[in-house]
Amino acid sequence: MQNIKRTNFSENIMQAIFFLSAFISVLAVLAICLFLFMRGIPAIAEIGFMDFIFNEKWGPTNTPASYGILSMIVGSIYVTAGAIVIGVPIGLMCAIFLAEFCPDNVYKFVKPAVNLLAGIPSIIYGFFGMEVVVPFVRENMGGNGYSIMSASLILGIMILPTIISISESSIRAVPDNYAEGSYGLGATKEETVFKVVLPAAKSGVLTSIILGIGRAVGETMAVVMVAGNAVMPLDKIELFKPIRTLTTNIVTEMSYASGLHESALISTGVVLFVFIIILNASLSLIKSKAQRN
Amino acid sequence: MIDKLKIENVDLYYGEFQALKNINMNIQENEITAFIGPSGCGKSTFLKTLNRMNDLIEGVKITGKILLDGVDIYKDMDATVLRRRVGMVFQKPNPFPMSIYENVAYGPKTHGIKNKAKLDEIVEQSLRSAAMWDEVKDRLKKSALGLSGGQQQRLCIARAFSVNPEVILLDEPTSALDPISTMKIEDLLIEIKNNYTIVIVTHNMQQATRISDKTAFFLHGEIIEFDETERLFSMPKNKKTEDYITGRFG
Repeated sequence: MQNIKRTNFSENIMQAIFFLSAFISVLAVLAICLFLFMRGIPAIAEIGFMDFIFNEKWGPTNTPASYGILSMIVGSIYVTAGAIVIGVPIGLMCAIFLAEFCPDNVYKFVKPAVNLLAGIPSIIYGFFGMEVVVPFVRENMGGNGYSIMSASLILGIMILPTIISISESSIRAVPDNYAEGSYGLGATKEETVFKVVLPAAKSGVLTSIILGIGRAVGETMAVVMVAGNAVMPLDKIELFKPIRTLTTNIVTEMSYASGLHESALISTGVVLFVFIIILNASLSLIKSKAQRN
Repeated sequence: MIDKLKIENVDLYYGEFQALKNINMNIQENEITAFIGPSGCGKSTFLKTLNRMNDLIEGVKITGKILLDGVDIYKDMDATVLRRRVGMVFQKPNPFPMSIYENVAYGPKTHGIKNKAKLDEIVEQSLRSAAMWDEVKDRLKKSALGLSGGQQQRLCIARAFSVNPEVILLDEPTSALDPISTMKIEDLLIEIKNNYTIVIVTHNMQQATRISDKTAFFLHGEIIEFDETERLFSMPKNKKTEDYITGRFG
């Protein structure tokens, strides 16, 4: 009897610890939301929602000051789209190679390399971008090198490990008997991989792409070092010209901003946050759809 | 009777382990040949050598000869060509996670048929042959994973028909199914045997007696006895066969 009681007691304690741990992460999210919205929303209200989101003029130090972030929203979308165009095909092909075609002795080298890519700090990516990618773009493609192109290239590389590792494991998770069924009909390895295995891994692949988008949208340090950060009027935005994104807007000006200017930067953070919420919502949508099948 | 498949002195090794020992047999056209034997006796392994599914497993070595219509399938035939002519239905129903239609159309598409009308015709024909057209004709676009286990297995049989094979190998196709689904599949096999050569691995001796013309009894990687099904079950020549079919071991 006493034994049972003791077990119950220690179980209760453990449960409390688990609950507390879960509670702390929820609390952190809530605190961040609360901070962002409390500081950001009033500023959006003061500037005016339409003037904030759909105005391309950003001049917080002008008189009269203007606080339109449309150019940065578009900038974020462009560099992210560029990263997807570069990173997704390469990442997906790499994942297929690792999961289906890679000989063991090659895998031993490629897999740790991909993992290492994930661990490299973004400041290093930024340096690499400044010293290698920007000059490369300047000399071979035009402009001064600080551009959407350079940012897209760097982000495209940065999202590779996310796309590769999640896609690879979802391809590996496809039951072997699907592939067997395909071979049994006389299909080749390539046909089997691309027409049966890959479609069966679809939800995992989509998940990897969305997480990649999340990483690209939120990346700051590497982008600020290669994008040039000029606020461009919408009709002047070009692939080989500088660009400012939501994240780089915050980091370039936070050090000297005050008053409404500072609040407008936090509001920029709110917009970024909304992007991330939309991405997360689409993630859970994919998951619930995958479960229904 | 015509010998569709001739198997001569086949040995199979998984690494060091010898899983098949000196297999010799002829499998005749338009008959159902059943392989019986206890788990691990090599009957499924042998079935898979007939369409080279063992090629997919690392460390498998096969010696001897298997001839399909006189052609050596390991030396003189591409595995994809062979598998198109020698189709397979697996133990666990394994429809692709696609629509019913796409499941059946997959094989012909893989072999280059793109014409929609032609594909429609093949899908209908194959599903009719598997006696499930009427059950599914109104939901061809629905996912195959929504079907019951028995329907999934018949869909896999329809899928095997879709590439117009000459031989169909079935690896314990009813072991995961209920008795009614099992009966439907057995009826189906008897019905189609005039157009195909059928080889079935089964755990279920009653199933072998119900549907097969010839039966081979496997034990420890060897064929102990291979004969007309009726004779093998009523007058086994070998003591081990008798012990097995009377339920003394297995």
